[in-house]
Amino acid sequence: MSTRTVQFRIYRYDPDKDAKPWMQDISLELEETERKLLDAIVKLKAKDDSISFRRSCREGVCGSDAMNINGKNGLACLTDVDDLKQPIVLRPLPGLPVIRDLIVDMTQFFAQYHSIKPYLVNHDPLPERERLQSPQDRDELDGLYECILCACCSTACPSFWWNPDKFVGPAGLLAAYRFIADTRDQATSERLDNLEDPYRLFRCHTIMNCVDVCPKGLNPTKAIGKIKDMMMRRAV
Amino acid sequence: MAASVSVRKFDAVIVGAGGAGLRAAIQLSEAGLRTAVISKVFPTRSHTVAAQGGVAASLGNSEEDHWHWHMYDTVKGSDWLGDQDAIEFMCRKANEVVIELEHYGMPFDRLDNGRIYQRPFGGHMSNFGEKPVARSCAAADRTGHAMLHALYQRNLKVNTHFFTEWMALDLIRDADGDVLGVTALEMETGDIVAFHTRATIFATGGAGRIYHSSTNAFINTGDGLGMAARAGIPLEDMEFWQFHPTGVAGAGVLITEGVRGEGGILRNAQGERFMERYAPNAKDLASRDVVSRAMVTEINEGRGCGPNKDYVMLDITHLQPEVIMKRLPGIREISIRFAGVDPIHAPIPVVPTCHFQMGGIPINYRGQVVAPKSGLSEVVVPGFYAAGECSCSSVHGANRLGTNSLLELLVFGKSAGETAINDMRMGRREHKPLPKESIDKTLARLDRLENQKDGTDVHETRLALQRVMQKHAGVFRFKDLLEQGVHEIMAVAEQVSHTQIKDKSRVFNTARIEALELDNLIEVAKATMVGAEARKESRGSHVRDDAPDTPEHPDGRDDENWLKHTLWYSEGNRIDYKPVHMDPLTVASIPPKKRAY
Repeated sequence: MSTRTVQFRIYRYDPDKDAKPWMQDISLELEETERKLLDAIVKLKAKDDSISFRRSCREGVCGSDAMNINGKNGLACLTDVDDLKQPIVLRPLPGLPVIRDLIVDMTQFFAQYHSIKPYLVNHDPLPERERLQSPQDRDELDGLYECILCACCSTACPSFWWNPDKFVGPAGLLAAYRFIADTRDQATSERLDNLEDPYRLFRCHTIMNCVDVCPKGLNPTKAIGKIKDMMMRRAV
Repeated sequence: MAASVSVRKFDAVIVGAGGAGLRAAIQLSEAGLRTAVISKVFPTRSHTVAAQGGVAASLGNSEEDHWHWHMYDTVKGSDWLGDQDAIEFMCRKANEVVIELEHYGMPFDRLDNGRIYQRPFGGHMSNFGEKPVARSCAAADRTGHAMLHALYQRNLKVNTHFFTEWMALDLIRDADGDVLGVTALEMETGDIVAFHTRATIFATGGAGRIYHSSTNAFINTGDGLGMAARAGIPLEDMEFWQFHPTGVAGAGVLITEGVRGEGGILRNAQGERFMERYAPNAKDLASRDVVSRAMVTEINEGRGCGPNKDYVMLDITHLQPEVIMKRLPGIREISIRFAGVDPIHAPIPVVPTCHFQMGGIPINYRGQVVAPKSGLSEVVVPGFYAAGECSCSSVHGANRLGTNSLLELLVFGKSAGETAINDMRMGRREHKPLPKESIDKTLARLDRLENQKDGTDVHETRLALQRVMQKHAGVFRFKDLLEQGVHEIMAVAEQVSHTQIKDKSRVFNTARIEALELDNLIEVAKATMVGAEARKESRGSHVRDDAPDTPEHPDGRDDENWLKHTLWYSEGNRIDYKPVHMDPLTVASIPPKKRAY
C-alpha cells in the first residue's frame, strides 16, 4: 500500500449560503500513513477550509467526530479508510437538526441525558474517607460508565428519531442504569419513577441499532432491559 | 462579522471546561455566584478525558504512604525547579480532593477491602526515594474520562451555567492592569460577546499542538496562554515540555505509564530491558524525562526496532491476559486500533511524543495570577486566576511526574475557585467599568482576518510552526538548532500575522476558529523557543548538548546560575527571570542534589 486515491461524497449545508443541503463529490490522495477517516477529512479541510465537522482527541475517547459513514454511525477517528466502500458517503448524524455540514445540533440529545439526573445521589453524611465499594460491586459499572456521549447510538435509534423529545434514548438510559447499578447511589426508586412513562423508557423496542453502532462496544439495550426488569419486579 | 458587541455580566467567568475549569466551577456554583463556563467543546470532550493512568494521592490504601514522600518525589521530579510551597500545598491537599471526587461519584477501581485501587507510577517512591509505591488512584486506564464525566455530572447537580462551543478570544484589562473578563465568539452564530466579570479564571489547558508529533487533542492550542501573553502577562518556564515515553509510533496516541506501573517493560531491538542501564533502581518506572531520553539514546545508537530502527517496544506479553483486560482495557483497544497489535500477544511500538507543558501563566498556590510589578517579582494581577495545565504554580518545575497533572487540576481548580470567592466576598472585587479599547482589539483581530488579501494558509502555517518546534526544540536540544530555531519561529510568526481564510460564513466557521487558535499557538511556540535558547543549562526535560554531564555540573544542571524561573513577554519577545520558591509552607526545604533513579 502506498499513495492511493479515495473518493468521497460529503453532505454539505451552510445556512449562510445554501438554500438546501447538497452532496459534494471529492477525490483525495492519501499517504500510506493516513489511515483513519479523520486523517482524510482533516486533509480535505486543508484543501477546502469550508468543510465543517467537529473533532478533538482523535483517539475515540472525546466523542466529537461521530458521523454517519456509509449509512452507519461511527467515529471518524476510529474508522479505517481502507475498510470502507467507495465513494465514502459522509452525512451528519441522522435525526438531529443540522447546523452546518457534518455538525448537528445536539441540544435534544444532551437534554435527554440531563433529564435522567446523571449524578450520584447519596443522602448519608459524608464520610471522612472514600465510600467503600467491593470490587464485585464496582464491576457492575463496567460497560456503563465508559460512554463518551458521542450520540452514535441515540441517533441510530428509530424510537429516538420519532420521539426525541419524549424517549430518553439509549445513551441517556445507559447513564440512568449506570447510577441505578452504583451501590453508592440511593435514588433508585426516584430514578425508576422518572422513567415510569409510556415513552421515556418503554419506547425501546430492542431494535439494537445502538449496540451495533457503539464505538466503545457498550450495550445500551442490555442496560435498558435491566431497568425494565426492575420496573416489572417493582410492579408485582 | 458582527460589528456590535453585546456585554454579559457575571460574577465570574471560567474559560475552559476540562478538569480544572469544572473543579473551579463546582466551587463557585456551590457558593451561589453567577458563573459562566466558556468552552470550545462540550465539557466532556475536553482533553482531560484522555488521561489514562491515574491521579496521585498518598491515601496509602495498599501500602504505607505519606504526603511528605509525595512532596519529595515531586520536588526531585521537577529537578528542583518546582516551587516547594506550591508542591507541599498540592501533596497535602491530594487526599482531600481525591476523596471529594469519590464522593461526587467517580467510579474508581477498588481493592478487596473496598478502598480506592492504587497502582505504582513513574517517579513515585516511598520513604524519600527508596522504592516505587502504589500512589496512583485509578479507574482502569480511563481515569481522566471517569474524572471528567464525574466533574461534569457534579456541575449539573449544582446548576453551573455553560456556554458550550464558545471560544474566548481576548483578555480584557483596564488601565490599572486589572482583569475584567474576556471577549468570546459563539461558534454557532458567529456573534461576539464581552463577558464582564469580577473574577476571570483561565483553565484552558495546554498547547501540545505546537509540536508535530503530540499526544494532545486538536483543541489543545494554548488559547489561555495566547490571550494572557497578548495582554501583557508573562509566561513562565515555557521551555519545559514533557515528551511522554510511550506514544504509539506513527500515530502519537498516548499509552499510559500505568502500563509500566502494571509491569510493562521497554525493550530495544535486541530484546534488552535497557532501562536497567539508565535507572538501575526505578528501571522502567523512572521519571518520564529520564525514560524518554534513554529511548532516544537507544534509537540514536542503532538499537531501535522496525525497518527504520526508529522506535522501541513496550512489552506486556508476560502479564496475565486477565490483568490486561481488567486494568488496561483501553490500552489494548488503542494498540489494536492504532498500532495494529494485540498487546496480549505482541509488544507495542512506542516513541517519545510531546505530551505536557510544564510552564504556563504564572500563579501562586492560591490560584492567583502573579506578574512582576514595581521591582517585585510576584504581584497579584487583580481579578485574574488560573489553574491546570495552562498555569504554572510551579508544581512540575522542569519535569512533571505522571498522575500529578490530574491532581494539579483538582487542587488548583479548587483553590483558584476558593480564592476568587474570597476575593469577591471580601469586597475586593466589584465590576469595574469596561474599557472600550479591549473589545476593539478583538474586533481588529477579526477584521484583519476577514479582510486579509494574498495572505498565508492557516493549515500550511500551522504545519510550518509544528515542524520548526519538532526539529529545533525536541527531546534533546542543540545550541545551534536552538539559535536557528529562534529565527525560524519568528519567521513563522510573521506568517501567522497574515493568515487568510477562504470561508467567510458566519455559522460554525471552523476555519476562522483554527486561524484564531494559530494566533495562540504562535505565542506559546515563541515563548518555548526563546526560553529554551536562553537557558544555558540542562535541567529536567530541557537537555542541551552544550550543557553535558560533568563532575562540576552533574547532568549539566547549573544551580548557581539557573535555579530560577524564566518569564517570557510577548511584547518585545523579552525574557526575565524570577527566583524559585525553595521554602515550603511548613516543612524543611528539600535542598538540590543530583537526580538519580
